[in-house]
Amino acid sequence: MSVGLFIVISIIKTAISLFVLLTAVAYSVWLERKVVGHIQNRWGPTRVGPFGLLQPLADGVKLLFKEDLLPPQAYTPLFIAAPMIAMLCALASISVIPIGNEITIFGVTTPLEITDVNIGLLIILGITSLGVYGVALSGWSSNSKYSMLGGLRASAQMVSYEIALGLSLVGVLIVTGSFSLRDIVNAQAGYFWGFIPRWNIFTGQFIAFFIYLTAAYAETNRIPFDLPEAETELVAGYHTEYSSMKFAMFFMAEYANMITVSCVATLLFLGGWQGPVFGPPILHMLLPVVWFLAKVFVFMLIYIWVRGTLPRFRYDQLMAFGWKVLLPISIMNLVATALAVAW
Amino acid sequence: MSLHLVLFISFGAVCVAGAINLLVQRHPINSALSLVVVMGSLAGEYLLLGAEFVAVVQVIVYAGAIMVLFVFTIMLLNAGEEEQTHGSRVALLIGVPGMVLGSVLVTWVLFSHSGTGSVAAGALPGPPKTLGRLLFHDFLLPFEVTSILILIAIMGAVVLAARPRRIQKREG
Repeated sequence: MSVGLFIVISIIKTAISLFVLLTAVAYSVWLERKVVGHIQNRWGPTRVGPFGLLQPLADGVKLLFKEDLLPPQAYTPLFIAAPMIAMLCALASISVIPIGNEITIFGVTTPLEITDVNIGLLIILGITSLGVYGVALSGWSSNSKYSMLGGLRASAQMVSYEIALGLSLVGVLIVTGSFSLRDIVNAQAGYFWGFIPRWNIFTGQFIAFFIYLTAAYAETNRIPFDLPEAETELVAGYHTEYSSMKFAMFFMAEYANMITVSCVATLLFLGGWQGPVFGPPILHMLLPVVWFLAKVFVFMLIYIWVRGTLPRFRYDQLMAFGWKVLLPISIMNLVATALAVAW
Repeated sequence: MSLHLVLFISFGAVCVAGAINLLVQRHPINSALSLVVVMGSLAGEYLLLGAEFVAVVQVIVYAGAIMVLFVFTIMLLNAGEEEQTHGSRVALLIGVPGMVLGSVLVTWVLFSHSGTGSVAAGALPGPPKTLGRLLFHDFLLPFEVTSILILIAIMGAVVLAARPRRIQKREG
């Protein structure tokens, strides 16, 4: 493949991924409002378009035209940079997530991800670990007590749960022996006894899956771990002082992170794009993508379901749970996996 | 000039600029963030050398965990801007020559003992497998000694952090 062709393909893939991701972010907000509405016996958005489907567009326009307030006591450079950092880190990690097998269009074969690197999983972890800065700096630079407390809580929580999150993934890495997300998915192909898929969740990484799920909810600051933005005590936490598009950036970053977490869970534990493939060649190319998106969608639904069901933790419970329950279990799981593989 | 050299110089320039900014800035948060930039550009240099695992671990551990704790501490203590002092004469008289001497020494050792005097792209152990073999096989003893050192440091931190409460209890 020549350099020019590579650059053109990369630009096309980046544009498509960005468009799909931003649309998915907008519509996961709609989905959340709709599903939580129905859980609470309400209708959710219904006014803008059929089933309120145009609500995300209306919200976007509203946020764009709102006044962009800059608190006089804020530290301006970081106050402006913080939402950008949050947004950038949330969007960047999608670049290494593969959503399907290689496809061939017009004689050009390309993998279905922006870039196929052999340390994909580590890059995702690296980018998300930088995402803490957006939250911490917004809390500090706002120079307001609610933002400050929210930012402190968020950074403490994210740093604590990152350990359990990372350790829960090591089990999968030991089983697969590769950091490449493509290798990890390919290792999960096939079936036990002809009907149980060889996904990692069925091959001994069952506990790791639930550790990952819990830690990921804490990493994305979602209920029941949404203490950084606990409305009842902190107004809105770290983004209290933000308005207009800056607020929207935090909002989009949160949902983009949820999508990333769902994608990683799908790739590592649920077999990625593995699933029954049949029919003509065009279906052979498209069905894996459909399976992948369906699994991610289920994860997003679980996210929303949990939000509609569970109450919020108390802060000391949150910390105790992270360090005294999740961390020991993930270490034990790691040791057990290592022993099993060595044996 | 090859693309490799261009990237090397740009990352190096960002790294040095970040390091200077770290010293010049008067607010601790700005200094801490400059250090994050230094860590990030160092990771870029590692990538250029073909050590992709080390590069990403550099970002995860240093930029993503240790510096976050720095920023967290600065936020928690609400440290304000530092006052400008005239600097100490000892630092000027001994520190600056010492620094120059140290850099010259390191440069001389690197140039005289690395054979060719330069490192080729991709010369460092890149894949985690090679790195793991080096750490857990060839350099196992230093590795274990370091881990014990860190364990002692953790215990020291726990002792220091736990002391005031015990005194209070005795008084109460």
